[in-house]
Amino acid sequence: MNKDESQISTTGPGGELRLADEREFPFEQKKGFWKKLKRGLFMTHTEMLERLDAAVEGRAVLDDETLEYLEESLIATDLGVETSLELIEKLKEQIKPGETRDLFRIQQILADEVSVLLLDAPRPPERPATNAPLVTLVVGVNGVGKTTSIAKLGRYYQQRGEKVLFAAGDTFRAAAIEQIALWGERLGINVVRQNAGGDPAAVVFDALKAGKARNVGHVIVDTAGRLHNKEHLMKELEKIKRVIAREAEGWPVRTLLVLDATTGHNAVSQAKEFQRAVDLDGLFLTKLDGTAKGGMAVAVARELRTPILFLGVGETPEDIIEFRPREFATALFE
Amino acid sequence: MFDGLQGKLQGVFKRLKGEGKVSKEVLDAALREIRLALLEADVNFRVVKSFVQRIRERALGEKVLASLTPAQQVIKIVKDELVDLLGDEGQEIQIAGSPSVTMLCGLQGSGKTTTAGKLALRLKEQGRHPVLVAADLQRAAAVEQLVQVAAQVAVPVITPKTREGVLDVAKRSLKEAKERGHDVMILDSAGRLHVDDTLMEELQKVSDIVRPTETLFVADAMTGQDAVKSAQQFAESMSLTGVILTKTDGDTRGGAALSIRTVAQVPIRYLGTGEKLQDIDLFHPERLASRILGMGDVLSLIEKAEQGLDAAETERLARRMVSQEFTLLDLRDQLRQLRKLGPLSSLLELMPKVGPFKQLDPSKVDDGELKRVEAIINSMTPLEREKPAVLNAKRKKRIARGSGNRVQDVNKVLKQYMAMRKMMKGKQGKLFRKAMKGGLPGGMPGGDDLFGGGGLPGGFPGGQLPKF
Repeated sequence: MNKDESQISTTGPGGELRLADEREFPFEQKKGFWKKLKRGLFMTHTEMLERLDAAVEGRAVLDDETLEYLEESLIATDLGVETSLELIEKLKEQIKPGETRDLFRIQQILADEVSVLLLDAPRPPERPATNAPLVTLVVGVNGVGKTTSIAKLGRYYQQRGEKVLFAAGDTFRAAAIEQIALWGERLGINVVRQNAGGDPAAVVFDALKAGKARNVGHVIVDTAGRLHNKEHLMKELEKIKRVIAREAEGWPVRTLLVLDATTGHNAVSQAKEFQRAVDLDGLFLTKLDGTAKGGMAVAVARELRTPILFLGVGETPEDIIEFRPREFATALFE
Repeated sequence: MFDGLQGKLQGVFKRLKGEGKVSKEVLDAALREIRLALLEADVNFRVVKSFVQRIRERALGEKVLASLTPAQQVIKIVKDELVDLLGDEGQEIQIAGSPSVTMLCGLQGSGKTTTAGKLALRLKEQGRHPVLVAADLQRAAAVEQLVQVAAQVAVPVITPKTREGVLDVAKRSLKEAKERGHDVMILDSAGRLHVDDTLMEELQKVSDIVRPTETLFVADAMTGQDAVKSAQQFAESMSLTGVILTKTDGDTRGGAALSIRTVAQVPIRYLGTGEKLQDIDLFHPERLASRILGMGDVLSLIEKAEQGLDAAETERLARRMVSQEFTLLDLRDQLRQLRKLGPLSSLLELMPKVGPFKQLDPSKVDDGELKRVEAIINSMTPLEREKPAVLNAKRKKRIARGSGNRVQDVNKVLKQYMAMRKMMKGKQGKLFRKAMKGGLPGGMPGGDDLFGGGGLPGGFPGGQLPKF
């Protein structure tokens, strides 16, 4: 990766938050992408197949009972009730009653429909051609993997030649500052921190000042995990965002919500509340290396029209891949 | 927890009651809605299927449709079955052997370390001598986190030495805990994703070394369809003795709570109910079922009051309140008492969704308001507290400045105070006085009086609670 910084900050695939086209990926990375995605979705995929298979097994036609089985298999992948019902409707439209069942066709229709849903989420705006650093505010409920995801983002942009700075904005949870400081040390990324229990907005203030002074390309801000139904905690987040808007005037700012792929319908509620408080630009879906399918991300993208930008597929900082809707949908059903 | 589910089920029941006669078709329509409501709450789809089937069978079999109050009977069946799904009453940690070992395991980010601290504090308060063991060598700063949590609850912690592996720590901690005379040892393990066989094996090896009396699986209450299965997989390889559900103070509809026992065949023992280290409660299925059905959980509320409040002080304040001498100073003391019970939102969650409590949204309550009121009263002179009538514009301005508020805020407090006094003279005050004569603990009116807006522990008028 020997691209020079100016080129990267304007065309780097994650930086401008648009879906990258194939040419931008060197060969080995592309291979890695598939390997990681497949590894992440392996269980999803085989189980889904088994379920779909069981749903249509021994049935000549797609009758109501078969459709109910199908509906259950979709719900079981955490796609959510609404999305699942909608997909079933699409199946009904496209497969005539009495038509001979065909597993392959069902898979194809489902994958098509899901990628339509995913592609429907608007693409985030291009990263403006400015020398000002990009500020990424990372938010989410407790335990979704915010800090690990920040390490991954840091590594990701570092590899693309950007000078990254972390802001240890989680001053609440025990040892959260130590955790991000440790990542900073491992990755060679500077961390702006204050004492535990301090005002996170003050940390952010310091980090933005430092970012300007040290001429960094990207300030990534960690925040304390908070349940989205705690209004006072959401207000604290609004305050952090206000500080950023004020101190980083004219800088590109984006807010990423980290979602745990093992979360159920609550993911939609989380996204809605965070959206309301701090206006989300994208989602970072974590823990896809388990058996979890992250089906709720489809529901979130569909309901909030917020695009998924990154997937976390492992425990090392390298285990981050950019989200590509069609491939995700295809891997989900094929 | 259970917010959305509560609303949906109540809607179904309301329609059911409106029908008068419940035909088979009406029942089936209601069951379809219940099915969707449960699926949307992330209840495992297999659990939903058998749940709905059982209700249907019982409703048809017990001839409830022909009875005089079919809707009520169906609701009762639903409640019974919900209690059944939730399982048995939560049991405290069993202590056997010296030290008795409790091992915590779970997926990453489920809240193991915080839960370890909560359990340690709880055991300590029960007169035990717990020690915490940091055996998560995976996540960055996980050991440091447990050290800090341990310090917060003032419980000793055993940490890995340089180059010590997890198994070494397990062996050494057992020895050290014994030597130091600890009767309980709580071991915090690294978070897993159950597909990772090597980590699961390591966990088993740790378990073989420390031979835990309790192996508890810590699960996030917001967990979806798939992750409930992880409890099952852990149960298979770790012989779990129970589950602790965390983050139940979120707005999750609680599918995990309703599925985990059936799917993993392990009882739920505790619920994590907040960010603070004392926020852990035993699991009470009956009470939760009441909450799901919108009937509130008054028992838990009373227990909280019993634990958190100074009975004598509460009674004194309640008597002051009924007497006509209730001053601003009393109001302040009362707010202090109330704050001891924990965040207001968690209290409101326990309220039955009837009468004045129907409109209250726990998430909209700001505990900071209570502090603000206290600050305002603290900024008054003794005379002003005794006789608020002397408060003129100048004095109010001084108080506002002194307490970091606006004059409007001072006025609001005064208005609330006057309203309380007035209310105490009226019908609600009468109910309250009656309750006081009955000698109810802390002036807490029981039964229907509570629904009628009697008072909270410490005599707080229900309907006005969050308006401060």
